[in-house]
Amino acid sequence: MEVPILKQGLYLIASIQSALTDADLSALREALIERVGKYRARGVIVDVTALDVMDSFAVRTLRDIAHMARLRGAETVIVGIQPEVAFAMVQLGLTLKGVSTALDLEEGLAFLDRQGRERLERVQGRGTRGGTTRG
Amino acid sequence: MAAKGKDPQAPSLDPQAQSESTAALLRELVAHLRQNRTQLREEWARRITRAQLLTAMTEEEIFAEATSVYDNYVEALETGTFEALQAYARNLSERIIPRGVETHEVVGIVLLLRDVLARSLFGKYHEDFDKLNRILDAYEPAANRVANTVAVGFVQERERIIRQQQEAIRELSTPVLQVRERLLILPIIGVIDPQRARQLTEQLLRAIRTNRAKVVVIDITGVAAMDSNVANHLVQTVEASRLLGATVIVTGLSPEIAQTLVTIGVDLSEMATVGDLQGGIEEAERLLGYKVVPLEEPAPKA
Repeated sequence: MEVPILKQGLYLIASIQSALTDADLSALREALIERVGKYRARGVIVDVTALDVMDSFAVRTLRDIAHMARLRGAETVIVGIQPEVAFAMVQLGLTLKGVSTALDLEEGLAFLDRQGRERLERVQGRGTRGGTTRG
Repeated sequence: MAAKGKDPQAPSLDPQAQSESTAALLRELVAHLRQNRTQLREEWARRITRAQLLTAMTEEEIFAEATSVYDNYVEALETGTFEALQAYARNLSERIIPRGVETHEVVGIVLLLRDVLARSLFGKYHEDFDKLNRILDAYEPAANRVANTVAVGFVQERERIIRQQQEAIRELSTPVLQVRERLLILPIIGVIDPQRARQLTEQLLRAIRTNRAKVVVIDITGVAAMDSNVANHLVQTVEASRLLGATVIVTGLSPEIAQTLVTIGVDLSEMATVGDLQGGIEEAERLLGYKVVPLEEPAPKA
């Protein structure tokens, strides 16, 4: 079951419609990483609103997507985690530590916009002040 | 040949014959109870009133319920199955518990019925002591089972209602309040047991989604003590909220709780804390981009 990936400006939006097999998840990961490079995307949103369960492989894959995207210059936001799923995840110790999350698509886009602005300010700041480095 | 009836020293029958005769006796007994249904039921209702039971109900209501109980009783004796009686007992309890009927009343009326029926058996078989004994042998276990079934059904219904009320109290005692757009406050007061912690977390997560909250302030000023289980629940709540895109600020940690958390070694890196609720709300507003400025001082009155 292939996950549709939409391009919105500098962002990629992957909207998961139904439960995915491990193979589907891996395919999604490959597709997203490839397109981040191809379109020089600055942000990736993975919408998991439709999922009512998330196992450890799914969580790991989402983490992988976020890390790989960052290596290629894109920030990732996971949106739409349902309350029951969130509860189950923390009970099983499946954290998405280090991965940004937002309530829904709207919030996810707002987050990426803010990130983009802040990044721009940092870069501009470095230019005008000269010599300041960001760790 | 097995002697019946008149012989006081009845030789013991083999088990097969014995259970057949028990069945026959029960049939005879049930027939008697059905035949004398009207007066036995009235006698019973009279005794209930005399014993001042079911005072919460009117005489008409008592009579109506007495009829149903009597018929269910006799049917249980007849069929030897008690599911229908159990269902009836629970249904009855559901109706009378809100009326304030107590356990001792329910047990009392069932035992009164048992007495009324037993007396009527004495009356019928008083000339045949041996037969009376055998009839009672058949009657007593069944009657005891009926009393048991009704009493247990009543108690179970009470327990179910208590659980329901406890749940309602739990929900009421941890309200999730929206004080500003995207800002929720969860004041926790009292003891947090694992069940309450779980219910709290579920309530909060649902509220985050419904109100699209971006910041939640959990105030634990009113929580006296915290053990490692509860501390972990709190950490889990913070993490689960983050998965829904909300930041959690915990406020009101007492010195004791602060000490407990550090001693237990709970991972506090993901948890933002502020000393008191006021500070927590101010921090939350800051995160949301609010700034609170005092209005201009009004001109002093002449």
